[in-house]
Amino acid sequence: MLADADRIFTNLYGFQPWNLEAARQRGDWEDTKSLLALGPDAIVDAIKASGLRGRGGAGFPTGMKWSFMPKTPNPARPSYLVVNADESEPGSCKDREIIRHDPHKLIEGALVAGFAMRASAAFIYIRGEYVREAETLFAAVREAYAAGLIGKNACGSGYDFDVVVHRGAGAYICGEETAMIESLEGKKGQPRLKPPFPAGAGLYGNPTTVNNVESIAVAPTILRRGPAWFAAIGRPKNEGTKLFQISGHVNRPCVVEDAMSVPFRELIDTHCGGIRGGWDNLLAVIPGGSSVPLVPAAQIIDCPMDFDALRDLKSGLGTAAIIVMDKSTDIVRAIARLSYFYKHESCGQCTPCREGTGWMWRVMERLVTGDAEPHEIDLLLEVTTEIEGHTICALGDAAAWPIQGLIRHFRPEVEARIARRKGFVQVPQAIAAG
Amino acid sequence: MTDGAPVATAFAWTAENAAEAARIIALYPAGRQASAVMPLLWLAQGQMRDATGSAWLPVPVIEFVARQLGMPYIRAYEVASFYTMYNLKPVGRFHVQVCGTTPCQLRGSDEIMRACKDKGLKKGTITEDGLFTLSEVECLGACANAPMVQINDDNYEDLTHASMTAILEALARGESPAPGSQIGRTASCPEGGPTSLLEMTGAR
Repeated sequence: MLADADRIFTNLYGFQPWNLEAARQRGDWEDTKSLLALGPDAIVDAIKASGLRGRGGAGFPTGMKWSFMPKTPNPARPSYLVVNADESEPGSCKDREIIRHDPHKLIEGALVAGFAMRASAAFIYIRGEYVREAETLFAAVREAYAAGLIGKNACGSGYDFDVVVHRGAGAYICGEETAMIESLEGKKGQPRLKPPFPAGAGLYGNPTTVNNVESIAVAPTILRRGPAWFAAIGRPKNEGTKLFQISGHVNRPCVVEDAMSVPFRELIDTHCGGIRGGWDNLLAVIPGGSSVPLVPAAQIIDCPMDFDALRDLKSGLGTAAIIVMDKSTDIVRAIARLSYFYKHESCGQCTPCREGTGWMWRVMERLVTGDAEPHEIDLLLEVTTEIEGHTICALGDAAAWPIQGLIRHFRPEVEARIARRKGFVQVPQAIAAG
Repeated sequence: MTDGAPVATAFAWTAENAAEAARIIALYPAGRQASAVMPLLWLAQGQMRDATGSAWLPVPVIEFVARQLGMPYIRAYEVASFYTMYNLKPVGRFHVQVCGTTPCQLRGSDEIMRACKDKGLKKGTITEDGLFTLSEVECLGACANAPMVQINDDNYEDLTHASMTAILEALARGESPAPGSQIGRTASCPEGGPTSLLEMTGAR
């Protein structure tokens, strides 16, 4: 288990106040000026050396992403940092804890990251449903301005940096970076074609980098403690600490910070009191939020929870939103509900997704009851591949993968429902061989 | 217009909201005031709730916001209709939004929905006393505290049929039931106490 001394989010549950005074006692905003004095390039190099990979799901190296921004910004086209706080992936609930209990880690991180990418301002896009969380964030930003930590001559560094909190209003798709930029510009959140990539032409057509809350909030601590400290936690290429969010059929669901690559069983036994009904009662796990394929119990129990190990299981770490399902779960219904989610959240821009998510959901609903023909299972699989990779953004992929995971691992269950519905009598083999 | 709710034919900010709208617009770069359309629609919906008891956006309100930002009405309307938190028809004084997505479903959101229906709430309509509108919503990002509902601006988490029923009854009596976990957990800390940060949390 990760030692308490190595935890970054020391007020994860809000046992202490979130405010500036308490945040300072926890070490936030401590001589931030000297962090900035390292200079933008040294900060980017340190983040690269730490091994930090984006915590929003894709796992792209954060330092490298920052390095794509212009080294000499054109004053007529100022660069922007957009912080993705649109946490909406089913299973994900970690950024909420950072925002409501440790908002100054995020604001300080925004300054440090924004400075490193030579941005003039950060826009923090927080999902609309986080009403109370946004109130805390608004208040924390006001505190930071009043204390001279952001704004003109931020932290006495001579650097001017604004932070604007922008609330969404209920649209999962705005978590996609170009949809978020569209939304920030006051439009429907429909993703843009890439290229151009945001680092070239993003918000208001200016160079923009979009980073997840957790990626930004850990940056100041990495700089203070040194990249080697962060890189020593977790397996190679999967370094650092991570906020895990465990929901579903564990005895004690929670959000907790632990080391990357912690084995699944250790994570659940240490923090969640085990699986409801014991380990033999585990059916399957969706390890990274609704977009990643499920993994059956036997494959995940000893799996390190990190990007590469879960990719090897044809799933993913995603946001480390771990949805646990025990043997009481109607697994087909659980996945069908996700199909409904993607149908509801498709922005409607690309036909394969707009039409396909609804079509897949309707078939999934029939598979729940078994009211289908056996050949429709392969037809459904075929349609998932027609959607996957044929849309502007990854929502189409995200809608396809949970269904593919279900059929890959639970096809006999799906087939059995169809057979039961049709009234086929299951003849035991011994009798049939007779 | 529908359900007997008052219709706003003319809309203007209260003095307080006029100042707030100006402050919000100034947050965005010059000439980019369209960025303020989402916060202004939200502000207007809140003013409607205060003025009429129903948080929604009639056409004249959307027109007002569009005019203030120098946008064609259709650009503001397409924003209002794209995002689920803008209500384009009246809602009850309490908008009960039950999360039904898989993490909540696994922890018993069917029972929470049933508790609402047992109390006479129906999806998409206002109860006759004008108090409640029921919606099933997609994941609200409180999965470690499932099942949950959001009622207006507050979350109620770690629910059961009984606690959901008690909340609805309290609201109907004019009380303000305490939001957050209904089983006494601190945020998303494991039930029974933290497994980490024992010194920071006062558990050691």
